[in-house]
Amino acid sequence: MSSTSHADTAAAAQDGAPAPASRRRRGVRRLSLRDRIVVGVLLGIPLLLDLAFVWFPAIGTALLSFTKWNGVGSLHTQTCKPNVPSILNNGCWYGVQNYHQAATIYPEFWPAVRHNLIWLAVFVVIATPLGMLFAVLIDRGIRGSRMYQSILFLPVMLSLALVGIIWEFMYSQNYGLINTVIGHTSDSNAIDWLGNPHLNLWSVLVEATWRQSGYVMVLYLAGLKAVDPTLREAATVDGANAWQTFWRVIFPVMKPINIVVMVVTVIESLRAFDLVYITNKGINGLELLSVLVTSNIVGETQRVGFGSALGVVLLVISLVPISVFLYQTFRREEAS
Amino acid sequence: MTTEALTRPGTAVPSAPGRRRTRPWGQVASQAFLIVASVLWLLPIAFALYVAVRPYSDTRKYGYVSLPHHLTLKNFSDAWTQSDMLHFFWNSVLITVPAVIIVLALASGVAFVLTRVNVKFNVALLILFTAGNLLPQQVIITPLYRLYLKITLPHFLSDSGLMYNSIFGLIAINVAFQLGFCVFVLSNYMKSVPEEMYEAALVDGASLWTRFWRLTIPLCRPALAALATLLTTWIYNDFFWAITLMSSGDKRPVTSALANLQGQFVSNQNLIAAAAMIAAVPTLVVYILLQKQFIAGLSLGASKG
Repeated sequence: MSSTSHADTAAAAQDGAPAPASRRRRGVRRLSLRDRIVVGVLLGIPLLLDLAFVWFPAIGTALLSFTKWNGVGSLHTQTCKPNVPSILNNGCWYGVQNYHQAATIYPEFWPAVRHNLIWLAVFVVIATPLGMLFAVLIDRGIRGSRMYQSILFLPVMLSLALVGIIWEFMYSQNYGLINTVIGHTSDSNAIDWLGNPHLNLWSVLVEATWRQSGYVMVLYLAGLKAVDPTLREAATVDGANAWQTFWRVIFPVMKPINIVVMVVTVIESLRAFDLVYITNKGINGLELLSVLVTSNIVGETQRVGFGSALGVVLLVISLVPISVFLYQTFRREEAS
Repeated sequence: MTTEALTRPGTAVPSAPGRRRTRPWGQVASQAFLIVASVLWLLPIAFALYVAVRPYSDTRKYGYVSLPHHLTLKNFSDAWTQSDMLHFFWNSVLITVPAVIIVLALASGVAFVLTRVNVKFNVALLILFTAGNLLPQQVIITPLYRLYLKITLPHFLSDSGLMYNSIFGLIAINVAFQLGFCVFVLSNYMKSVPEEMYEAALVDGASLWTRFWRLTIPLCRPALAALATLLTTWIYNDFFWAITLMSSGDKRPVTSALANLQGQFVSNQNLIAAAAMIAAVPTLVVYILLQKQFIAGLSLGASKG
């Protein structure tokens, strides 16, 4: 817990002093008219913006996913008629047909789900532990730790689009660094790291891990710095070795950071888009749910309802880590 | 974007030197591991830079992995002029600067009200803002895209007369999407301001606006600076909104225009490398000058315990 001391002092101040607590926050009713207008403006404008451009579309995705619509003409509530050319069946209520089609006859759907799951698995099994390891080693204050931190953190500053372009020189078939080093540059034996559909997902995941682990490292560094040093001393006095101290004492204390890292890991693997888009627009082995959503609404053939259904799949998965995070973060506040 | 967690700067306990006795071989192994990792982490960037400073004829003849016969900065000047990068940089400025200022202004207002005024549903509103920032962008893009095609704007805000394909539209979505994160960070930060300061201000007869603008905002300067650094980088690095909510290449900011440059320079990879390095300059400046701010911002996001 990074700001443990802070949050705890604040909480202690609130809980420990019931008398001033009632005076603590002044209710809206006790404000002057002018103050109330200020509250309305300060809260109202951002709230409107957030509702209009984030929550209204989020709910819209859920509703549109039950319709069949090509984006032209208006939406209505009539049920789509079976066996009618699709041009006449537009803007109508389609039930769960979009979901059914996605799962049964849309060839890219299951590969995309699989790729998203692989992406998540690589982040969980490789990127996150690697970032944690970096953080632990750097936090021990060994010589040059500042320099290591700066270097490992550098990719986090770069946009994913840039990361994709930079790595193309590493992976390039005939000229790339990797193929040159391993001696596979002739046309007959060159390895097509980014073109081969069995290989390219893994190549792109190396790029993603390269960036993600620096990110995780920074989060854990913040967490480790906030851990009470006496905990470590106590563990050492009790005869625990470094490994035991970390896993039995430090790691559990960092629970809030662990949850944040979990959220970042899951959400970032669902959001993954830029890297595959810059590499090959997300086709031929690099299909992801995010790419399918996008290609169904901004491509030539607009299938708004269908694209929305794919968006809902993303929404439902992302709600799991989001709920865990919100529960963990705001539980205490609700209680107080 | 993002789901950063936060630690407040300053609460960090500096690691006491020598508080742990590591066995020497452990030290050596750690050093070796970090050196190898650092080399691997720098390699892709260094290699792209190396490609960028070599003339096309050189790499064509000897491959990318070869000793340099000539080094040149011409790729940079060619990439700059041939792809009209100044124009794209200007687009990035037009989007990033207003977006960062507006997000911070709006978010500090919300955070202040939610932490200092007892409006109903305080926590529910905070959750609403925070959760909004955690959604994957693709969840909202479908209706958002339709919305952008429907909303008309006066001509001075958008040539097309629509939210779609306008700088204004991109500012709006970046602001709306980043609001949640900033509200979350700032409200955590504002909670740490001692209540006594507000009581003193009240005794002096300070209005709510004065307490917000003259008392709270100056106290939040460190958090605002950290967030500004973070937001500038994120909004500058944004790729998805610009790709989906802008149709034409010429209005796009640098980051998403890179996708077009790749097509334009497809036969000359050295120019692509140079263009990529140029596009990285603003974030590298932030990295060199404001790394601490950036990391503080990330840590602030994780700080709510």
